[in-house]
Amino acid sequence: MNLAVRNIYTIAKREMGGYFTSPVAYVFIVIFLILAGVFTFPLSDFFARNEASLNAFFFWHCWLYLFLVPAVGMRLWSEERRLGTIELLLTMPVTGWQAIVGKFLASWLFLGLALALTFPMVITVNYLGNPDNGVIFCGYLGSFLMAGAYLAVSCLTSAITRSQVVSFILSVVFCLALVMAGWPPLNDMLSQWFSSGVINAVASISVMTHFSQFQRGIIDSGDIVFFLGLIFFCLFTTGVVIRSYRAG
Amino acid sequence: MIKIENLVKLFGSKRAVDDISFTVGKGEVLGFLGPNGAGKSTTMRMITGFIPPDSGSIRVGEFNMLTDPIRAKQTLGYLPENAPLYTDMTVYGFLNFAAELRGLRGADRKKAVHSAIETCFLESVIHQNVDTLSKGFRHRACFAQSILHDPEYLILDEPTDGLDPNQKHEVRSLIRNMGKRKAIIFSTHILEEVLEVCTRTIIIDRGSIVANGSPAQLKAMHPDFGSILITVRNVTEAELREKLKTLAAAAQIESVKNKEEVVTLRVYPKDKNSSGLAAQMAELAIQSGWKFDELHTDDGRLDEVFRAITLPDTVKKSKKDGPVITVNV
Ligand SMILES: Nc1ncnc2c1ncn2[C@@H]1O[C@H](COP(=O)(O)OP(=O)(O)OP(=O)(O)O)[C@@H](O)[C@H]1O
Ligand SMILES: [Mg+2]
Repeated sequence: MNLAVRNIYTIAKREMGGYFTSPVAYVFIVIFLILAGVFTFPLSDFFARNEASLNAFFFWHCWLYLFLVPAVGMRLWSEERRLGTIELLLTMPVTGWQAIVGKFLASWLFLGLALALTFPMVITVNYLGNPDNGVIFCGYLGSFLMAGAYLAVSCLTSAITRSQVVSFILSVVFCLALVMAGWPPLNDMLSQWFSSGVINAVASISVMTHFSQFQRGIIDSGDIVFFLGLIFFCLFTTGVVIRSYRAG
Repeated sequence: MIKIENLVKLFGSKRAVDDISFTVGKGEVLGFLGPNGAGKSTTMRMITGFIPPDSGSIRVGEFNMLTDPIRAKQTLGYLPENAPLYTDMTVYGFLNFAAELRGLRGADRKKAVHSAIETCFLESVIHQNVDTLSKGFRHRACFAQSILHDPEYLILDEPTDGLDPNQKHEVRSLIRNMGKRKAIIFSTHILEEVLEVCTRTIIIDRGSIVANGSPAQLKAMHPDFGSILITVRNVTEAELREKLKTLAAAAQIESVKNKEEVVTLRVYPKDKNSSGLAAQMAELAIQSGWKFDELHTDDGRLDEVFRAITLPDTVKKSKKDGPVITVNV
């Protein structure tokens, strides 16, 4: 195996192990599943809609992730700083980006696992009716990408501070901004003062705008590029933050 | 060989490390001394590639830490100050993780981990979670991590901090033995440790090197180095002084103690580096029939030398604060 891949794998494996040796991982997954269920069924009148789709399920994801993803990502680098293990990790023969990618991938995979555990939803709608499973798959893909984007933001905020709490709050604020930029009520309000060009520009940086395409079953390369670009940008900036932290 | 040249590190406007240069070769154990905040850890962090220097160069063996950090780091083992550890792992898991990052695989990794566990006496805690370990065991677990890959170069920031006396002893002899094949830099606040393990000592203060030499050389900087203490019974101090003054090799004589007919004097030689004075004094004592309790050559005190060269002059209010020593590095 290539050395870089090997290092990323080792770091990701350790990070993943860290989730599952504490009860936090299980608590998180349970809360995630309960909330996903609560949002989908009672809050959205899933059955009253009388349609065989997971629209009601995916609709809430940008809000659901707003708190849950920062909870997963807040410790990524702040904990390394607090414990001082960052000194250990970065004096090993690994590069900064290998460490960043390794840690990020582990958490993303963990979120992916939590998301995958919602599969009973898919079974339920397939049992009740004849949903378009292609659309459902798109929804999952979009949701996973969106989780990655939120996570990258949390990764960045966790590198800024050694306090998990501060990291969490900053991350929620940033992610909220990313959602709100495309939130229809806000856009409607802004349209009173700004031209539609401005509104569209603002909305185009919102995860909501891009995720809604996936929900409709449309996989647009532009949307994928948006999420991956956002992830890349945040991880790159994380690298810059960590470098400047080391420089003192 | 580790070679650092003109290393400078600024934190804001504070010069934490101010133009430090030295080399450490294989077979050397370099003791790094200095008061709190002198810049020892900062220097070590730069050598290990954790923080970049503002200027200067760092070579580890044939690799330049600033331009070729990965290969330079491969040859280094590092025990950071306060021995940081991932608290959510077991000792065994942690060492395996470190070994994997060091590029050790399969049977090699197993062997390396087990030999480090043995060397650092960790058998009893290998399956214990790191956050339940006592401080000494944490330190040993982190130390184990630094020697896993049998590195050519070892940087140890206060390796004996928090260890019990037996473990301190073990770690010291370990360092001494490893120092025969490796180049080792270690920092400490325990001066006996320096005398026991180091082949060379560097004292830094406020970011600069203030002394560099073997422990014996540093001790020899003490003003009392080479002076001879004599304790005699049933002779008056005046008589004693009178006789000692006649010795060819004796210079100044100072009284140390005079109580209940036991007199202790300190005699300084004219030439610090010749051993003639002690012999002359012994001969004189025997000729004169003195009952002497003690005749011993002072070989200097590292703690007082350390104090003298690292205390700012403003703090030295009286002679009690230690002798005045001027150093040229
Ligand atoms: N990240 C940092 N930011 C700002 N100042 C720092 C930083 N790290 C170290 N310093 C300062 O640099 C100086 C040297 O610190 P350093 O940790 O190297 O000292 P030391 O010799 O290891 O001391 P000790 O014996 O207490 O371990 C201190 O004044 C310290 O406050
Ligand atoms: Mg220190």
